[in-house]
Amino acid sequence: MIDREQVLHVARLARLRLSEAELEQMAGELSGILQHVDRIAELDLDEVPPTSHVIELENVLRADEPRPSWPRDVVLEQAPDPSDGAFRVPSPQAE
Amino acid sequence: MGELLELTVAEAAARISAGDVSADEYFEAWREAAAGDELNAYLWRAEEGGDATEGPLAGIPVAVKDIFCTEGVPTTAASRIIEGYRPPYTATAVRRLQEAGAGLLGKTNMDEFAMGSSNENSAYGPVLNPWDRGRVPGGSSGGSAAVVAAGLAPCAIGTDTGGSIRQPASLCGIVGLKPTYGAVSRYGMIAFASSLDQCGPLTRDVADAALMLNVLQGRDRCDSTSVGIEGGVEVPTREDLKGLRFAVPAELGQDAIEPGVRTVFEATLATIERLGGEIAEVPLPHAEHGISAYYVIAPAEASSNLARYDGVRYGMRAKGDGDLLEMYESTRAAGFGDEVKRRIMLGTYALSSGYYEAYYGQAQKVRTKISADFDAAFERVDFVVTPTSPSVAFGLGEKTADPLAMYMNDFFTVPMSLAGIPAISIPAGLAEPDGGGPDLPVGFQIAAPAFAEQRLLDAAHALESAIGFDSRSGEGDGG
Repeated sequence: MIDREQVLHVARLARLRLSEAELEQMAGELSGILQHVDRIAELDLDEVPPTSHVIELENVLRADEPRPSWPRDVVLEQAPDPSDGAFRVPSPQAE
Repeated sequence: MGELLELTVAEAAARISAGDVSADEYFEAWREAAAGDELNAYLWRAEEGGDATEGPLAGIPVAVKDIFCTEGVPTTAASRIIEGYRPPYTATAVRRLQEAGAGLLGKTNMDEFAMGSSNENSAYGPVLNPWDRGRVPGGSSGGSAAVVAAGLAPCAIGTDTGGSIRQPASLCGIVGLKPTYGAVSRYGMIAFASSLDQCGPLTRDVADAALMLNVLQGRDRCDSTSVGIEGGVEVPTREDLKGLRFAVPAELGQDAIEPGVRTVFEATLATIERLGGEIAEVPLPHAEHGISAYYVIAPAEASSNLARYDGVRYGMRAKGDGDLLEMYESTRAAGFGDEVKRRIMLGTYALSSGYYEAYYGQAQKVRTKISADFDAAFERVDFVVTPTSPSVAFGLGEKTADPLAMYMNDFFTVPMSLAGIPAISIPAGLAEPDGGGPDLPVGFQIAAPAFAEQRLLDAAHALESAIGFDSRSGEGDGG
């Protein structure tokens, strides 16, 4: 149903590194779950509108007034690698 | 001291407000009880607190699922990926409890990011069921259910996305209420599936659930989907069910239910009739597809919500000397547990190009049909009733090898979540598990139309009084 290559592709989309063992196991488990889920594919629902949300709310508005945000040091306190008042990350391009 | 712990939340708050019981003494009694946790139910416990003498929850210590942000207090969602996180703010639900006089007693263990039905997906190890420590407490709010059942907290809050309040309440023999979607603010509740997540109380009785819900509910400008319950709810006093119609889904006969659970369910239907209620049958033909729709929609939303855990702004970062992409991938690989990875993969797949309509689109249409089935049912009856869980508490490790078997625990609770309607689980009796062993609690689920919480609580209270289940009988093994 869903093979190793597809699992690898989805894992890349999801930014997850999976070990060889995890890839194999994930392929089997996802296939089993999707096989069950596929039963809804057989239902004729062409004319049925989708429900993305049970509460019908549209354009919930508020006044756009400036207010203080979190102090920079409070936010950076939670970061794994703060530096010079910013979040430091590895280079986006491998050296 | 012991006598203080016997009081319900409503009784204790009344005595504290009247000055008959000291808030400090009461909090201290519960702090000592919580310190005796042998169930791995708490991830953090307060050193002090609870000196308020005013408000509907004056001086009441509350156990809070560790998915709610609490300012300055570690909040883990039972995941390694945000280990050490101390939120700079408090979730609206918790803040509302505090403003009503309650104090934070502790943060409770749970399935990682609320994904699970057994608490075995916690990065901090499973919670044990106080009735039998070889069994699971249910999930994902397993810690919150276990502390109330074991007498380690007077009350707790949890979150319910597909059954995560109701199912553990059922397996631990206490009351668990999932309010209507939109009744309680989700602000500061770490998101799993945003169109389904809802906060609710886990308590020893229905009156306490009503008391807590009335504090929790309300509009919040930080959550545009929170609309509150108009007029709030009052503590129920109803003792009969005259004129009320309870419907059993017509399909229930074919569903896989443990014999002991079915026996208790049928006995409860007889109790409803004895109280003057009427039992009917309604078709809910799409409910059986609830699991399929749910396990597309919830993982799809989760895969999006959990994209924020990337090792940049909070939590852990995997060590390494690669580039940014490698850092993301290795941090998420090291930080997430197996079930969370499985759901991220499932959700990402369902939303990926070429599969979106077949899975996510179709699941959303099933959701419409499930809601329509409930709408049609509620034109004829007041409530829909089912067993909360197909089985009593199962053994630790019994279902971990088969994700689909684990998902089936949510068979009776997922349809209400998809429809956004309120549902409560109350303990209805004890049953022998399949395969033998001491009797364990069985939950009875009652669902009502959106925002009909008052009617739901009134009926649940009347039924609870007639059943007379002793919610404290699970305490013997609690710690």
